[in-house]
Amino acid sequence: MVMQQKDRKGFFSRLKEGLSKTRSNITSRVDELVKYYSEIDDEFFEELEEALIIADVGTQTTEDIMRDIRQRVKNEKIGDVSRIKGLLKEKAVSILEDGVHNLTLPSPTVILVVGVNGVGKTTTIGKLAGRYKKEGKKVLIAAADTFRAAAGEQLEIWSKRAEVPIVLHGEGADPAAVVFDAIQSAKSRNTDILLCDTAGRLHNKKNLMNELRKINRVIEREFPEAHKEVLLVIDAATGQNAITQAFLFKETVGVTGIALTKLDGTAKGGVVLAVKAQLGIPIYFVGVGEQVDDLQPFNAGEFADALFDS
Amino acid sequence: MAFEGLTEKLQSAFKKLTGKGKLNEKDVKEAMREVKLALLEADVNFIVVKNLIKKITERAVGSEIMESLTPGQQVIKIVNEELTALMGGSHSKVVMASKPPTVLMLVGLQGAGKTTHAGKLANYFRKQGKNPLLVACDIYRPAAIKQLQVVGEKVNTPVFERGQSDPVQIAREALNYAIEHHNDIVLMDTAGRLHIDEELMNELKTIKAEIKPHEILLIVDAMTGQDAVNAAKSFNEQLGIDGLILTKLDGDTRGGAALSAKAVTGKPIKFAGIGEKLDDLEVFHPDRMANRILGMGDVLTIIEKAQANLDLKKAQEMEKKLRTQTFTLDDYLEQLEQVKNMGSMQDILSMIPGMNSKKLSGIQLDEKQIPRTQAIIQSMTPKERTNPSIINASRRKRIAAGSGTRIQDVNQLLKSYEELKRMMKQMTDMTKGKGRKGKFKLPFM
Repeated sequence: MVMQQKDRKGFFSRLKEGLSKTRSNITSRVDELVKYYSEIDDEFFEELEEALIIADVGTQTTEDIMRDIRQRVKNEKIGDVSRIKGLLKEKAVSILEDGVHNLTLPSPTVILVVGVNGVGKTTTIGKLAGRYKKEGKKVLIAAADTFRAAAGEQLEIWSKRAEVPIVLHGEGADPAAVVFDAIQSAKSRNTDILLCDTAGRLHNKKNLMNELRKINRVIEREFPEAHKEVLLVIDAATGQNAITQAFLFKETVGVTGIALTKLDGTAKGGVVLAVKAQLGIPIYFVGVGEQVDDLQPFNAGEFADALFDS
Repeated sequence: MAFEGLTEKLQSAFKKLTGKGKLNEKDVKEAMREVKLALLEADVNFIVVKNLIKKITERAVGSEIMESLTPGQQVIKIVNEELTALMGGSHSKVVMASKPPTVLMLVGLQGAGKTTHAGKLANYFRKQGKNPLLVACDIYRPAAIKQLQVVGEKVNTPVFERGQSDPVQIAREALNYAIEHHNDIVLMDTAGRLHIDEELMNELKTIKAEIKPHEILLIVDAMTGQDAVNAAKSFNEQLGIDGLILTKLDGDTRGGAALSAKAVTGKPIKFAGIGEKLDDLEVFHPDRMANRILGMGDVLTIIEKAQANLDLKKAQEMEKKLRTQTFTLDDYLEQLEQVKNMGSMQDILSMIPGMNSKKLSGIQLDEKQIPRTQAIIQSMTPKERTNPSIINASRRKRIAAGSGTRIQDVNQLLKSYEELKRMMKQMTDMTKGKGRKGKFKLPFM
């Protein structure tokens, strides 16, 4: 800073020397220059803001983060542009890492997988089954998506790939009944992890959300000794609607974690930052491909890096 | 219901403007900031927003506004026009080939709703008297073929499949099959893929080169965020799409993807998916959608819904009954049936001008009200229905028990029926010329 002040002084005096006109003329020029500098600052911050918006972080969370960053830049008198970017990442990581789960699950555990249509619930279940099976756990799948055509068949194929048993009723069956059966089966088999697939539903459909509530009730009533996780699956390409989704699913069945899928595309999934900041739901997994191994534990640092690399 | 968030925000932004006699540049700038934030919150693409705001501001600060007597209204009009233009002007249809079959290829990212919408389209064309064929070219996703078969069965449309063999070969064979079997529309369901997956994108290019589809339709999830433009642009550049189908519009997404997709591809949105049932497909009307965004209501859709679901002849009969005071509870029942056909009350209400989400959110509409009323009337004897005055206390008790409602509900229904009759009497009196003082005007007329 001292260096800079010196420079600026020199610059001012040079300006004075160069311009032998009236004083007012000089000051107006200086004003212009100062304005110019502050505009560069604004432009720079705006650029950062754009990066967040483009990554789907959303206006509110972006504003909150930027206010924080501006304050720190001001307080700590940070002038180095690259450091500011670092601060931004730091901030994102601190939001994302707060209260994160270590993902070791006690036995027995029930994982209820929920989400809107087409986000990749069934595929995520298939991958989770493969993952826990590999860890030496006894896994059982409940095919409680009895609505979508051939959802059961799709899950059956995944269960064969992962070599884990599946409880399957026909299309149109009561999903709560499937879960009920699966719980009984899990108890008699001494299953470590029971994975429950559910039909995709838009969070604003009251009846479908009530159906989910019923499934949740069955789990709580029939399997109270089990540890319960409710995994909300969010498509990385989803925009600001993910916040409403998370809010309503949380209200209905108490979402405990998020699986962010399809991160192998160009979408950055930044909306989970907003979901975490505003609703406090941590991200457990990220899906990066169609293979069984393409579901990985969430890493806040890597995620933040990807968020701001355009 | 989509877009309501945006409507709300724009309305609050314009509230400040509409109160003013004259606008200055600062007023417009401030309102535009609100518009910008609202559009971004609605997932409209960042660059699209920037351009849109620039255009609107240019027009708004021009003489057009400054000299207008109602500058606020003028700004709203400009925003409306620009939004409509952005979404593609007037709506565009699927063009039928001069020599059938017309081949439509559905492409898109995973989970956008291709298979479901292949089924919906088959249903749509079948209703128009066409003879569609569904083709299962998704050989990758587990049970995708089975899903298409189930959907095909539901909409009574044959499905052509060759298992997990080469999709290009499947497409080629399907085309021959369609010609032999006189299918005039071929709907090709392809596997979901990322636009950056070169191998799978090449597969689509080969299918395109091989069978030369008349239209390639990109399926876009209405809930998509900023990335919608990347995917749309990339599919368009690599394949040359002809139109878009917007899905999951029945969610509460603000649906900025709709605004963005047209802007970056220049291709129109042809259909919108508005529910899980295979009937839930609408022709997309950009002008109406823009009206809805601005909270101007969607009267045209209501009228169309009414026309499609209300029987004109029955309506005339009803009118006569009302005029001659012979409107019975049986007629009331029939009326309810017709209203029910128009869709959920919440949906219809949301299309009425001035009914924004704020007003609606306070009202928890009871969708069961109509079925309940129906049950009550159905629990009455024919005699009671034509002459409700005979319904005494013991009859009320019986009706309530029979319909699974409470006596209060029965009372309520009888009361509103009497009120309706009285109102009708007043109206007919008035049209007969008894009430000369000012014409009776319904609020919606």
